[in-house]
Amino acid sequence: MSHKFLIHKRGDHVGVAVADIDRGEHVQGVFMDDDSTIEIHANDAVPLGHKIAIADVVGDEPVIEYGIPIGTSIEGFSTGAYVHTHNLKSARW
Amino acid sequence: MVALTGYRRENGDVGVRNHVLVLPVDDLSNAACQTVGAQVPATLPIPHAYGRLQYGEDLDLHFRTMIGTGANANVAGVIVIGIEPNWTARIADGIAATGKPVEAFSIEGRGDLEVVRRASHAAQRIVQHASELHRVPIELGELMVSIKCGESDTTTGLASCPTVGAVVDQLVDAGATVLFGETPELTGGEHLIADRCANDEVRDGFMELYRDYVSTIEENGADLLGSQPTQGNIAGGLSTIEEKALGNIEKTGTRPVLGVLARGEAPPRERGLYFMDSSSAAAEHITLMCAGGAVLHMFPTGQGNVIGHPVEPVIKLTGNPHTALTMGEHIDLDVSGLLSRDLTLETASAQLMEVLRRTANGRLTCAETLGHREFSLTRLYPSA
Repeated sequence: MSHKFLIHKRGDHVGVAVADIDRGEHVQGVFMDDDSTIEIHANDAVPLGHKIAIADVVGDEPVIEYGIPIGTSIEGFSTGAYVHTHNLKSARW
Repeated sequence: MVALTGYRRENGDVGVRNHVLVLPVDDLSNAACQTVGAQVPATLPIPHAYGRLQYGEDLDLHFRTMIGTGANANVAGVIVIGIEPNWTARIADGIAATGKPVEAFSIEGRGDLEVVRRASHAAQRIVQHASELHRVPIELGELMVSIKCGESDTTTGLASCPTVGAVVDQLVDAGATVLFGETPELTGGEHLIADRCANDEVRDGFMELYRDYVSTIEENGADLLGSQPTQGNIAGGLSTIEEKALGNIEKTGTRPVLGVLARGEAPPRERGLYFMDSSSAAAEHITLMCAGGAVLHMFPTGQGNVIGHPVEPVIKLTGNPHTALTMGEHIDLDVSGLLSRDLTLETASAQLMEVLRRTANGRLTCAETLGHREFSLTRLYPSA
């Protein structure tokens, strides 16, 4: 497969790795809603099933996946970053 | 497409298995039930930990779960054994209302050995009766199916839950009833379910249950950070409860939610999609859905849950290629091709429908072959 991550919807801030991504790797993602593709330079290693940023998020802002907020960023992150519990927290608890 | 067959019970309900249960009313009766199971091996004893000194809503739930499990259309007949006669008769009478054969025995004044002797003779009669019941052609729309995912990760939301969601829509369109729940794991996406409620009354009922759950957590001063998402979820890449919920909700499909059910409650006659108040703990959840009448369960898993149930076959599917590879003996369908895009959602859902039909027709699930018979009762508060 030529892609290494999938994005649920256009407008999402993150994609999900469907294979392990190495730090520094140039990787392709596919938007599941329209099959279009995006190229990203991975600034961090991202294991299969974990998230990679496809947009810059500044400060403590809602992070979008599935077209819906999945929590709030912790001091933001930039495109190509690994996104998980270190820089994303629930808005509920 | 495979023709569908099942067991049409005395009350018209349709089942896909033909079990004869040996059902303990309480923990004290497990030993007698298991001994009957050893004497008459074609029966299925389902021991559990509770049933003494429960009261109020918690006791109502116990009765509802016991009666619902015995009444389930996957069950041909039941032996009920309890320590004392009153609660034993209440459960046996509740099951007998379906018209299936039920015999009840209580231990006080007789002792285990005498009860085992009498119950074993009765069990033999019911097993022979069940052995002469035959599969008949059934329609897909006659099935009641339940859904719940577990050991979720991000592949659940990408692959296995959307596959189940597509099948749920097909089942509902065919006239089947589908039960979903997991009240806690809708957090972050509860508005999506509320928007799909068929009318304001259903919506208010759903939101009331959801708010009750949130306030229970707050009243207990509990912090679910660290338990929702679970450690397994986080290892699989899920970062927040909202993200977990949005993946979870994918499996409910797109059809309207017709009603809100209490734990273990059977849905009304109108067929379609129903929400049942329930925990996200897999064995408790499936036990409640089975008590509500579900005869087949679809279970998407990410990191690899091994769940099964004694009465309701559990079909497990995964979108995680590592899980499919390392835990293949637990996985009835591998849809990891959705991640590599070698598989389309249309093909994946057609494959799941085929597995569901074959399982209905008698093909054993992975969990059935491995003897996974998780029967877990939900408690609302401590015994008196």
